[in-house]
Amino acid sequence: MAEETMSEEVADGQSGNRPRRGRVHVFPLMVIGLVATAIGIALGLLIDWFPVQAATQAEDVDTVYHVLIITSVPFFVLVTTIVLYCVWQFRERPGEEGLDGPNVHGSTGLEIVWTAIPAILLIALCSYAYVTLRDIEEAPAAGEPELIVEVTGQQFAWTFAYPEAEGGAVKSAELILPKDVSVKFNIKALDVIHDFWVPEFRMKIDAVPGITTSFRVTPSKLGSWSVVCAELCGVGHALMRQKVTVVSQERFDAWLARKQAGGKAAAGGGAAGEADGGDKAAIGKTLFAEGNGEATACGACHALSDAGTSGAAGPNLDDVLQGWTPAQLTEAIVDPNKAIAEGFTEGIMPANYGETLTKPELAALVTYLEETAAK
Amino acid sequence: MIAHLRAPGWYRAAFYIALALGLSWLLLWSANGFSASDVSGIGWVQVSLISAPLFFLGGLGAFDYWIYWASGRPTRPEDHSAHGATSWKDYLRINTDHKVIGIQYVVTSFFFMFIGGLMAMLMRAELAAPGRQFVDPSAYNGLFSVHASILIFLFIIPVFAGLANYVIPLMIGAPDMAFPRLNAVSFWLLPAAGTIMMLSFFAPGGSFASGWTAYAPLSTTAPDGQVFFTIGVQFAGASSIATALNFLVTIITMRAPGMSFFRMPLLVWANFSTSLLVVIATPFVAASQFFVLLDRALGFNFFDAAQGGDVLMYQHVFWFYSHPAVYIMMLPGFGIISEVLAVKSRKPVFGYRMMAFSLLAIVILGFTVWAHHMFVSGMQSWIRVPMMVTTAIIAVPTGIKIFSWLATMWRGVLKLDTPMLFALGFLTMFVLGGISGVMLSMLPFVIHVSDTYFIVAHIHYVLFGGSLFTIYAGVYYWFPKMTGRMYNEKLGKLHFWTTFFFFNVTFAPMHLIGVQGMPRRVADYSEQFANWNMAISIASFFLGLSTLIFLYNMVASWRGGKRATGNPWNALTLEWQVSSPPPVFNFDRIPTVVGGPYEYGVPGAVHGVFEGVETTAEERQPAGAVASTAKE
Repeated sequence: MAEETMSEEVADGQSGNRPRRGRVHVFPLMVIGLVATAIGIALGLLIDWFPVQAATQAEDVDTVYHVLIITSVPFFVLVTTIVLYCVWQFRERPGEEGLDGPNVHGSTGLEIVWTAIPAILLIALCSYAYVTLRDIEEAPAAGEPELIVEVTGQQFAWTFAYPEAEGGAVKSAELILPKDVSVKFNIKALDVIHDFWVPEFRMKIDAVPGITTSFRVTPSKLGSWSVVCAELCGVGHALMRQKVTVVSQERFDAWLARKQAGGKAAAGGGAAGEADGGDKAAIGKTLFAEGNGEATACGACHALSDAGTSGAAGPNLDDVLQGWTPAQLTEAIVDPNKAIAEGFTEGIMPANYGETLTKPELAALVTYLEETAAK
Repeated sequence: MIAHLRAPGWYRAAFYIALALGLSWLLLWSANGFSASDVSGIGWVQVSLISAPLFFLGGLGAFDYWIYWASGRPTRPEDHSAHGATSWKDYLRINTDHKVIGIQYVVTSFFFMFIGGLMAMLMRAELAAPGRQFVDPSAYNGLFSVHASILIFLFIIPVFAGLANYVIPLMIGAPDMAFPRLNAVSFWLLPAAGTIMMLSFFAPGGSFASGWTAYAPLSTTAPDGQVFFTIGVQFAGASSIATALNFLVTIITMRAPGMSFFRMPLLVWANFSTSLLVVIATPFVAASQFFVLLDRALGFNFFDAAQGGDVLMYQHVFWFYSHPAVYIMMLPGFGIISEVLAVKSRKPVFGYRMMAFSLLAIVILGFTVWAHHMFVSGMQSWIRVPMMVTTAIIAVPTGIKIFSWLATMWRGVLKLDTPMLFALGFLTMFVLGGISGVMLSMLPFVIHVSDTYFIVAHIHYVLFGGSLFTIYAGVYYWFPKMTGRMYNEKLGKLHFWTTFFFFNVTFAPMHLIGVQGMPRRVADYSEQFANWNMAISIASFFLGLSTLIFLYNMVASWRGGKRATGNPWNALTLEWQVSSPPPVFNFDRIPTVVGGPYEYGVPGAVHGVFEGVETTAEERQPAGAVASTAKE
């Protein structure tokens, strides 16, 4: 009903202006705004937003976020307070139907203020962000050690290599890093785009077919964190999660040495042809834990305590390996989609092991799995 | 029967689609050296997906006039029989009336909104607990890909085009759009695009599942469902471009006498700016998808690194459209908010010229920030810094708009009905989306949160709390004009409060789990996020239910709502100075614009005047006479 009355008023030209309401409550408004801002900032800083800080980069990144919270909350509070104040003070009350507000068109001064202040603030924030970016991406000073790790993404697993390790390059299905040493990851992808991310390190970058991307971190905390693929890479994307373990320099060196010793025992896939039982199993174990450069290591996705792997994308082989014949094992490796274990999905495991493994390598792998299951 | 197949309409459309399928097969058969066994199923599907929608439009009669004219045959005289609607059946044919097309657009896009929303419900059901519950990973990847594609390309972009289609000719005092037949083609491309995208669920290997971004080489190596996206986007994009050109020509050439650019309502400015973005940017998304199609269908290797392809190029071309697309999905909403806030606050829009200029500033800046979607893509690292600065600076014109809206409300007489509530909800929610947007420009932080739920939260605060709230505000605001009925105010307010509340409970926690490390686009996640995801899922189901209140209100009010007067909001812009719904040719007398669109607070002020007395319905015939007046 009210609406119809209003339009009649317009037709008669009888609408008028509402008399100016009393004083604007500037002081109470500012107090409310400041209190709300304080509460908002306190909340924003108290919430436990981030995972553990496991690299020196993390501290800088977290500080940037806290600075952003401190600068953003006042804007949100300002807008919300004004909206609520207008609703409270200026809403249409009974009897005011058809009345208008004042015919105010603008204010150049105000418009300059609310253009200039955000612009200055944003430029300041950008400068601060740029400085922090330089810090977190800085290479170690000349003479300081830096560990190079090659990271390779493939549907749906990560494999790692330490090409400059003293005593020979090392390949691994697991990522082990020493604490307090700058690490440079050189990242490649074999098929589609992946993204190498350790949330506790705060750094990530895409693994892109055809180019090598990289970033640096300096792990600062002992422990085990997850490696997450952050870029949609297909049906197994959610399962492309592995572990990174940060250990002391001594334990890292020992681990490298162990890897190198194990690798020599099974030097080269070509030797697999002539190798007999025990050697064959050793070659198979290396293939399982490290792959052969072309074929992704089985251990990236499958846990097997004998090989020291803990991947979780595929079935845990400690549980399911018993009682398989060599023929069944071969088929499960070469044609993985033929039979899928309960709770797992077709198309996750690479179906090209028939091509990426040589015949002797495949035989060695099967021998190893058979012997491990029998243990 | 033959008559049915010859006359434009649904029978002929069905017949033409069958014809397209047959001709596509014949084409492939002849290209394969007349060997039926060499015609691959997917090849046939690809050619059919391109030809069938065009034949469908032809069958409906979208091209009849042009073909008659081009072939020198007598065209149908300008009797305007294709104009206007007297029954619901008139909405199901080629109709050249911008008001009918506007309603066709809005209803169709809301249909797709409910489909896209249902997919979101399925996703939240799967995400309620870690591990696998309802859908397998491949189906899940399909759900979020189709959800995003449908809601972006078939809901937000076209629903704004629909509202503008209805309102803009009325607002500028024009009898129709500049190209009514092109307008009809633009609309009918949309159901074709939407059908293609949804048909992908029946493709072998499932629907397209590489996200709405369809990054190569995932998309070039994905199962065949991918081409349904690649080709569907082409039709949606073509529709956008045609509509944008139509808006530009209409706004530039068909304004009523006295309607200078700086007397145009801000909704017109907003759609003018949006149309500039669409015309310049949309060809880039078309190109990116053509690259993918050529890679898939003909082995071009644009994105196969092993063959010298460049994987990152896809992302540059794609985002050169898809970042401006964010503004394509937001600027028309800015226009709606300016209209609603001025009328519901009974005050002129504060700083009108800066409001118009800030739209243009966003158009220009919008083309300089695309690579902020690629901060962790591995592109040349120096590009990140200038893109960070431009991205942050784009908050300045956006801030001007927000502060001007606040100043518009100051000392107004605020009528807190449903459109106004949605406008105020938009203001607060969009500020949150804008703040997380500024955070996302800051490089050290974005490296950590890109591809996480923080991004999911940000885009939903911008597209739901931002765009969708403005769409709701606009639909409620113009509902009386479009239907001639009033909506139910109580249900409208209930809709607002439930939507506002559950929207926040659904999307606010996503900021937190994103920063904590939950990646986006995963059906399965680590145990530590289980509690939050359960809470989010429950809230999202209520958010889904709240849209049913809207649906019921719209349907019931359209059928039996109170009759609306011509100007229920007591507004000054021209669309409210005619009856609800307006006459077939909008104005019985072309108005002369004599002042600004928002002169509230000046007693007796008008935006436009109508000379002479109202004509009766009999005097108005023939309707064509009005159209010719407009040309003079």
